[in-house]
Amino acid sequence: MSTGLSAPAPASALFHRLSRRDAPEIAFTINGEAVTAREGDLLVTAILTHRATLRKFEFGADMRAGYCLMGACQDCWVTLSDGSRVRACTTLVSPGMAVVIDEIKP
Amino acid sequence: MTIKDKSVVVIGAGPAGLRAVEALSKAGLRPILIDEAPLPGGQIYRQPPVGARRDPKSLYGFEATKASDLHGLIVRLGDQIDYRPETLVWGIEGHRLDILSNGQFSQISFDALILSTGAMDRVIPFPGWTLPGAFTLGAAQIALKSQGVAIGRRVALVGAGPLLPLVAYQYWKAGATLCAVLDVTPFSPKVYNLLRLMRKPGTFAKGLWYTLRLALAGHPIQSGVRAIRAEGADRVEALVWIDVSGKERRVEVDAIGASFGLKSEAQLADLAGCRFVFDAKSRQWQPERTPEGRSTVPGIYLAGDGSGIGGADVAELTGEMAALSLIEDLGQPVEKARIQDLAKQLDTYAPFRTALEAAYPFPHHLIDQIDDSVMICRCEGMTAGQLRQAVSQRGATEMNRLKALTRIGMGRCQGRVCGPAAAEVLAREAKSTIEAVGRLRCNPPVKPIPVREVF
Amino acid sequence: MRERLRTDVAIVGGGIAACAAAVELRKAGLGVIILEKGRCGSGASGVNFGGVRQQGRDLRELPLSARARPLWDGLNALLGEDVEFEATGHLKLARSEQDMAELEAYRVAALGCGLDLTMLGANAVRAELPWLGDKVVGASLSPTDGQANPRVVGPAFARLAAKLGVDIREFTPVLSASRSDTGFSIESETLSVSSRFLINTAGAGGGLLASIFGEPVPITPQSPNMLVTEPLPYFISRSIGVCGGDVYIRQVRRGNAIFGGGSGWHDPELGFSRPSNEQSLGGMRRTLQLVPQLTNAQVIRTWSGTDGRMPDNIPVIGPSSTTPNLFHAFGFSGHGFQLSPAIGLILAELVTRGETPSPIDPFSIKRFANWQGSTTGISDHTDH
Repeated sequence: MSTGLSAPAPASALFHRLSRRDAPEIAFTINGEAVTAREGDLLVTAILTHRATLRKFEFGADMRAGYCLMGACQDCWVTLSDGSRVRACTTLVSPGMAVVIDEIKP
Repeated sequence: MTIKDKSVVVIGAGPAGLRAVEALSKAGLRPILIDEAPLPGGQIYRQPPVGARRDPKSLYGFEATKASDLHGLIVRLGDQIDYRPETLVWGIEGHRLDILSNGQFSQISFDALILSTGAMDRVIPFPGWTLPGAFTLGAAQIALKSQGVAIGRRVALVGAGPLLPLVAYQYWKAGATLCAVLDVTPFSPKVYNLLRLMRKPGTFAKGLWYTLRLALAGHPIQSGVRAIRAEGADRVEALVWIDVSGKERRVEVDAIGASFGLKSEAQLADLAGCRFVFDAKSRQWQPERTPEGRSTVPGIYLAGDGSGIGGADVAELTGEMAALSLIEDLGQPVEKARIQDLAKQLDTYAPFRTALEAAYPFPHHLIDQIDDSVMICRCEGMTAGQLRQAVSQRGATEMNRLKALTRIGMGRCQGRVCGPAAAEVLAREAKSTIEAVGRLRCNPPVKPIPVREVF
Repeated sequence: MRERLRTDVAIVGGGIAACAAAVELRKAGLGVIILEKGRCGSGASGVNFGGVRQQGRDLRELPLSARARPLWDGLNALLGEDVEFEATGHLKLARSEQDMAELEAYRVAALGCGLDLTMLGANAVRAELPWLGDKVVGASLSPTDGQANPRVVGPAFARLAAKLGVDIREFTPVLSASRSDTGFSIESETLSVSSRFLINTAGAGGGLLASIFGEPVPITPQSPNMLVTEPLPYFISRSIGVCGGDVYIRQVRRGNAIFGGGSGWHDPELGFSRPSNEQSLGGMRRTLQLVPQLTNAQVIRTWSGTDGRMPDNIPVIGPSSTTPNLFHAFGFSGHGFQLSPAIGLILAELVTRGETPSPIDPFSIKRFANWQGSTTGISDHTDH
């Protein structure tokens, strides 16, 4: 579903692309919503160019968005729709990946 | 059994590990090089994933040639080494490594092992540091280098070491919006240590170049900054600090890259049984390493930042040095002149390192500002107040007792992030020293391993 | 300069039983000194699974275990600290009809000792825990059993003891001990203690101390091998064991699942234990068969430690057979945690009254009177 034209990153996104804006697109989903990443994106990049959080913190009403990006702090483990868990900063996004992010319930 | 039949393993494919395997293969060995990343280079010369490749000059600046040379090593050595990327060593028992690779568990026995496991950012918690948008300075650099992204649309960078001007320069160069570049160490020691810093004019000149270039671009580094805090309801919205004149400043940002020097990643050395020593300069426990790269355990060698912060160039030298010691210990003669030459080169870095440590003194004021509500352990959610209560009410005077009583260091990161800061908080509360409060004992797995992959 | 101390009771080893005994002895007005080689509660008291379980014990232990059980309900109040005790019940799973027969036989025998267990068939156990693996054919439930956090109980007991005036000396390994007409003298590197009574709660080191007084026992070091997952949504609502003892798992309210896998390895020279990675992988495989829902969980840490194991799997408790006023309580063989508060009471009774209402004869050190040997070897089995 590479159209060559993708919607601009939403204002809620955290990461901001400075290069590779023309890399081929990869389609994946976040909470069922179809979104696109770029080839070569780590999952953390793929997610945080769309939104500001990766996961819910287990012991408080906060969200987390990763921290060290080098596979050390273990803050960016996310869940995929099949229940499997991946570390977003060391896992490349792949076509059809379905990320599930628990939201804080007000 | 000849030396060629020996199983020699190098863990970590950064500058130290790469120079180590180069020297080992030159001596006729076929070392196994294990690395977690898919591509060699370590964090300092980290390569973008396939599909996100860019011109080395834009990625590594002054170091582009060095980086490309190291990256090319794997190709040049070809079959002379057994390179195993995307492989985690999660435990060591005696002379056996526990491996997780491609979802499969396995083991590797070794006769000799070089640990070149690198370093990560040293973290000092401040209010708001767990908000989405707050990252380490290293993370800010990785986002740019590996992914071509800035950590936010409006970025503040905070540091206490030479990484700060470098990352700030790289962000500016890449076209990111830099809203503040803050150094929490004072300016004056950089002047006092100018002469000693000049001993490595190349390295120093680069730092100066970044700093000046930034200033010219309208992003002067503010030194002597204190009382930093991130504000925001559910993500970073602003950074607040007190400047050198005592005035509170506030800037709206959506991302912060902040950390305060480097910390050795020494978990595997601990599991291997290496003795640790306290390094007063960097305020951390490190595996004891002789100038020749030997640990206190026969057959185990240490190189690079994983056993003493020295930077990439020093890592290359210590990597080769450790390899030569290993070869020598296996009974094969090595070129003494080369060892002497490496030792001499390493000697030239020592005064520079000392000057650097002095130019960026440990920011004690950031520890002082940690109030009870600040979270120290971001995995388990333990606050400074809970740690202090364990000290004052429950008698904790040492890190492992503090862990048992509070769960600090029991989470996914196993104390990597919170350990140094918790030691500082404990030492202060117990009116002790960070040397006396000790360090968290390490147990396997050094990183999470999946239950599902056992079969 | 060498410090000399005189007291009523010297206790070697600062685990939960020792500290609980010290608390009682202080209440009785006696002077107490605890000599602990490391930190109080950091030995077997602090590194075990955290099971507070009566079910599955040797029948001879059940009266002691029954005495201990109500004490757990009062620990938070006594210690002024949340030890995370929760009576989640303990479920022992059967994986075959033979296992079921074994559980039923134990149920009948335990009932004779006052422990009431409920047998659950395959449907009943699944109705309660639908996520159990298909190997499970039934279970036996002990509803009053539960779990607690072993890391906090010992230190909390030690703090209470210190508050009551017990002189606790940590990092003070005992080098020698002897008895003369006037009492005991116990020596560490920096300290000489004279006492009227001596209590041996030295865990894996208890055998060595006993042999000093002429009653060697066949004790071996035993190292649990514990694994902890990342926090998961709470679903393992019972503490769980199996027939054969090769799987045991519980989940803390915070979410971490804690499970055992074989034995760690013990380094007699360094005197510490480490988890065994191979055993951990085996434990992961076996646990996954019973709890398939762990399939996506990550193990984030493991731990081990050292207990003393007796060949008959029951501890040594009671008066010395050679030396008046010496009392032993060691060799709990990996399952002393639940008993420990009661062992403290029993030891205090032995010192203050010379007797205890608890039936401790089966645990007498006399049962090893004819044993000739030295204490070496490593155990390869754990019970939970």
